[in-house]
Amino acid sequence: MSARFSLRRLGAMIRKEFIQMRRDRLTFAMMLGVPVMQLILFGYAINADPKHLPAAIHAQDHSAFARSFVKGMENSDYFRFVATAESEAEADELIRSGKVQFVLHIPPQFSRDIERGLRPQILLDADATDPAATGNAAASIQFLAASVLARDLKGPLAAQGAPSPVDVVIHRRYNAEGRTELNIVPGLIGVILTMTMIIFTALAMTRETERGTMENLLTMPVRPIEVMMGKILPYIIIGYVQTAVVLAAAWWLFEVPFAGSLGLLAFVLFFFVAANLAVGFTFSTLARNQLQAVQMTIFFFLPSILLSGFMFPFRGMPEWAQWLGEALPLTHFLRITRGILLKENGFPEIAPDLAAILAFLLVVSLVSLNRYRQTLD
Amino acid sequence: MNPALAIDVRGLTKSFGGTKVVDGLDMQVARGEIYGFLGPNGSGKTTTIRLICGLLTPDGGEGSCLGHDVRSESEAIKRETGYMTQRFSLYEDLSIRENLEFVASIYGIAKPKHAVKETLEKLNLADRSHQLAGNLSGGWKQRLALAAAIMHKPKLLLLDEPTAGVDPKARREFWDEIHVLAAEGLTVLVSTHYMDEAERCHKICYLAYGKLLARGTVDEVIEQSGLRALKASPTLEDVFVHLMRDVTDNFARRKAG
Ligand SMILES: Nc1ncnc2c1ncn2[C@@H]1O[C@H](COP(=O)(O)OP(=O)(O)OP(=O)(O)O)[C@@H](O)[C@H]1O
Ligand SMILES: [Mg+2]
Repeated sequence: MSARFSLRRLGAMIRKEFIQMRRDRLTFAMMLGVPVMQLILFGYAINADPKHLPAAIHAQDHSAFARSFVKGMENSDYFRFVATAESEAEADELIRSGKVQFVLHIPPQFSRDIERGLRPQILLDADATDPAATGNAAASIQFLAASVLARDLKGPLAAQGAPSPVDVVIHRRYNAEGRTELNIVPGLIGVILTMTMIIFTALAMTRETERGTMENLLTMPVRPIEVMMGKILPYIIIGYVQTAVVLAAAWWLFEVPFAGSLGLLAFVLFFFVAANLAVGFTFSTLARNQLQAVQMTIFFFLPSILLSGFMFPFRGMPEWAQWLGEALPLTHFLRITRGILLKENGFPEIAPDLAAILAFLLVVSLVSLNRYRQTLD
Repeated sequence: MNPALAIDVRGLTKSFGGTKVVDGLDMQVARGEIYGFLGPNGSGKTTTIRLICGLLTPDGGEGSCLGHDVRSESEAIKRETGYMTQRFSLYEDLSIRENLEFVASIYGIAKPKHAVKETLEKLNLADRSHQLAGNLSGGWKQRLALAAAIMHKPKLLLLDEPTAGVDPKARREFWDEIHVLAAEGLTVLVSTHYMDEAERCHKICYLAYGKLLARGTVDEVIEQSGLRALKASPTLEDVFVHLMRDVTDNFARRKAG
C-alpha cells in the first residue's frame, strides 16, 4: 500500500513546484522584489532624520542661561520655536493639538540653581507618537545641555569632567516605549514573511483547484501529507532567501548592526515560516478560488501587523487585543527577532515564544490536514 | 465478485444538493473490453466515472473496480487505473516531459526516465517533449493526457470525453491508439458524444438523468429500441433521440403529476 509516506513522491511534488515557480516570472520577481521594496520604503522612513520640528517654550525663568539654552536648541537645527506657553495647561494644549512636537519647560530659579550647582531639571515634553520623528531631536538635547551652557559657566562648574550643569528629562508621550528605528528591521522580516508565505501557499493550492489539476492529483496515489509538504518546503527555502535579502540590505544600505546569533535566528525562522505556510495551506483548502485565497490572507495579515507589536507597542494595547496578539505567530516572532538581533538573547530567553510558535504550527497543521480532501465530495 | 469483470457496480447512487445525479446505476464491464459511455450533457457520466475510481463516495449502492471495493479501497484502485479527466488537468506551465516525469514519480514507476522516454515514443510526443503543455493544440493535449494516464501501465483506463474538440484525423488516430491498448489487454471505459466513436466500442450503454436506458453491443441497442419496426435501418442517433423523447415525456408527466 502507498499508505506509507514516500520521499520520492514528496521529491516529485517539490521539483514540480520549483519548476512552476521559475516559470511564473511575475510571482518569482515579487518574492524577491517585495522584501527589497519594503525595506527601502521603510528604510528611508528609518533613516529619516527630520529637522526643524515645531517646539514651544514654557519658561518660568528668563535668565541668560535660559536664553542660550533655547538659542542652542535652535542652532542644532532640530528645533524651531514657534510658540510660547504661559501655563502648563497651555503647553499641554499645544502638544495635544499637534501644533508643536515638543515643549521645553524651564523651571523657576533656573539660573540661580545652576550657579549654585544644584543641577536643575529641564523637562522636554515630546510627542513620540512617531518615535522615528522625535528620536534624534530628543537625543540631541542631551548633548546640548552640556555644550551650550558650558560657555556661560565660570569657575568649578565649567571644569572638564564636571557633571552636566542641568538635568534634562525627556518625557515621551503617547509612546512610552520610545521605540528606536532599529526595531523596524527585525519586525519587517516577520511582516514580509507573514505576507508572502501565506499568500504564496494559499495561491499555490487554490491554483491547482482552479486550473483543474487538483483532479489529476487526486486520481494519483499521493498522500495528503506529501502534497502539503511538497507545497510548503519549497517556500521555506524562499523564506530563508527573503530573510537573507532583508538582513543584507539592512546592513548594507542602512548600517543596522546585528548583535545576536544569526544561527539561532535561522533556527527559529524555520518554524515561523512553516507556521505561516500551514496557515496558507489551510486557507487554500477553504478558498474556492484565488481571489478568496487573497482575501483570507488579508484577513489574517491585517491583525498580524496591527496586533503583533509591529505597528503599535504591544503593551499599549487593551488586554483583549493583547490576547488576540498572543495567538498570532508574528507577535512571538517579533519578540524573538528583536531579542536576538538587538538584545543578544540566547535560547533560554526565546524558548517561551518559540514554544508558542510550535503550538500554533501544530494546531494549524492538524486543521489543514483534516480539511484536505482526498476525494472531490 | 466476478473476476472476469473489471468494473462491477450495482445500485450506485449519488446526489448533489438533493438532486439525484446518478440513480441506482448498474454497470458491468468485462476485462479487455472497450466500453462506450453515452448520454446527453449533465446525464451523470463524469460523476459515474468518478464514483468508479473512488474520487467520489457513493451515497448508495456498492461495487468493485478491478476487484477492489469502490468505497474503501480507492488507494488500490488509483494505482491500477489511468484516468483521463474531461478537462485537461495536467500542468500547463510544465513541458510534456516534465509533466510525464512528475506523473512517473508520483506513481513510483521503477525507471522513470526510461518509462517517460518509452511513452513519448509510443505516442509520437518525443519531438515536442520540451514544449509547454499550455502551448499545445487540442489534439496534442489529449495525446499528452493519454500518455500520462497509461504510463504506469494501468489495467483499466477511464477516458472522459477524450476527443472533445479534436479534429477528425486526430480523433481517428486516437481511437486507433485505444484499440492497440485494448489489444494489449487493457480495459477501457470511454465517454463520448460521437456516434462514430460509439460504433468503435465493443459495447455501449446510454445514460440519461442518471439512469441507464440501454446497453449492449451497438446492434443490440438498436434492436432493443424497436425502431426497426418503424423505420428502415435506424442509426444509433435515431435510437438515442427516440429514447430521450420517452424520458423527457416521462419527466414532464412526473413533474405535472
Ligand atoms: N460537484 C458537484 N456539485 C454539484 N453538482 C454537480 C457536481 N458535479 C456534477 N454536478 C451536477 O451533476 C450533473 C451531472 O454532471 P456530470 O458532469 O456527471 O454530467 P456528464 O454526463 O459528465 O455531462 P457532460 O456530457 O456535459 O460532461 C450535472 O447537472 C452537474 O451540474
Ligand atoms: Mg462529463
